[in-house]
Amino acid sequence: MPAISLKVNQRAVTAEVEPRTLLVEFLREHLSLTGVHVGCDTSQCGACTVFVDGVSVKSCTMLAMEADGAEVTTIEGLAQGGKLHPMQQAFHEHHGLQCGFCTPGMVISSADLLKRNPRPTEGQVREWLEGNICRCTGYHNIVKAVLACAEGSAK
Amino acid sequence: MKEFHFHRASSVADAVAAVKGASAGKFLAGGQSLLPVLKLEMAEPSDLVSISRIKELRGVCVDGNKLLIGAVTTHAEVAASSEVKKHIPGLAALAEHIGDAQVRNRGTIGGSVAHADPAADYPAALVALGATIKTDRRAIAAEDFFTGLFETALEPDELVVAVHFPIPEKSAYAKFASHASKYALCGVMVSKTGSDVRVAVTGAGQKVFRVPEMEKALAARFEPSALDGISISADDLLSDGQASAEYRAHLVTVMAKRAVAAA
Repeated sequence: MPAISLKVNQRAVTAEVEPRTLLVEFLREHLSLTGVHVGCDTSQCGACTVFVDGVSVKSCTMLAMEADGAEVTTIEGLAQGGKLHPMQQAFHEHHGLQCGFCTPGMVISSADLLKRNPRPTEGQVREWLEGNICRCTGYHNIVKAVLACAEGSAK
Repeated sequence: MKEFHFHRASSVADAVAAVKGASAGKFLAGGQSLLPVLKLEMAEPSDLVSISRIKELRGVCVDGNKLLIGAVTTHAEVAASSEVKKHIPGLAALAEHIGDAQVRNRGTIGGSVAHADPAADYPAALVALGATIKTDRRAIAAEDFFTGLFETALEPDELVVAVHFPIPEKSAYAKFASHASKYALCGVMVSKTGSDVRVAVTGAGQKVFRVPEMEKALAARFEPSALDGISISADDLLSDGQASAEYRAHLVTVMAKRAVAAA
């Protein structure tokens, strides 16, 4: 089997994988990073969203082989030194979740938005999150959390 | 997903040789169309040859009156490119609404074009702007490139390396998207350069097509109202659970008017 070497949550990882292994399978089954969720497995729901080289991608629609040499950040890698990432904190404070299944993808995707557009409008937040589906909340508190995080980081 | 061998190509020549040498090889760019196809086992390649890290295939540049976009340039890169926004803003706007943010971060123009999904957005832009698809061995005019449902003029081992867009005077794209997939139920790109007006429709038919009657009317008067009373036949259009052929035919005129208004 071919080997890949990459950084996952700032840790160097080398592993042998079957070429058909999806990145999400590699993260969950080889590295036990089960915060990365598989919702639809058809690149619609966004629960599997992770950062690859700084941009958000759906890890169910990327081969692990394609992450060779890349830097991957999952929800497990966002908190630093025991302190939640500001976006995680904002979701917590604004109750941007109910069952929590979509939350890892929502948080990563929202963090990617603020990297590109630090002060998005509500409309821009809703449009950006089109690739993340939540079946509980109706999105209102998720959008509130993202906007609050944007305001907090601008202070 | 069935098993396959994986290769990472370091150059165009390397990629083409790897696919040539395989019993059933396929190029892999961003994988946003191909991986779903492989998961459904609608294709079973023996070998996948990744072209995503070939540097010469990535990026946007201007050459005279043409905008050149490398095959593995992502939709997000096209949407954010200052060159694309400056010279063909209609194309940047189109790229900004392909799929969703994560798909735009991986999906590429070359991959989309080679996959030739009848509801993809880029084919409308390529045909309306009179683009040329550059491959490892030749140049193919967009109108000759898209030959049918998921079918192109490409040879099995032929690699798209870039798309060359002549810079128009103005252009715009209007799409009525499927709410779930963001694919076009009907998308219309219009472009105007002098008296040359083109109208290209994606999502409505088996493949992208032009509407000569609309082009003629818009060449005489480039305003939405010039399309009043012009409609296309539903006969050869797609019909599915999301929209009937008649509804798609209706959308062609509505989207064409919106595109003209936005251009």
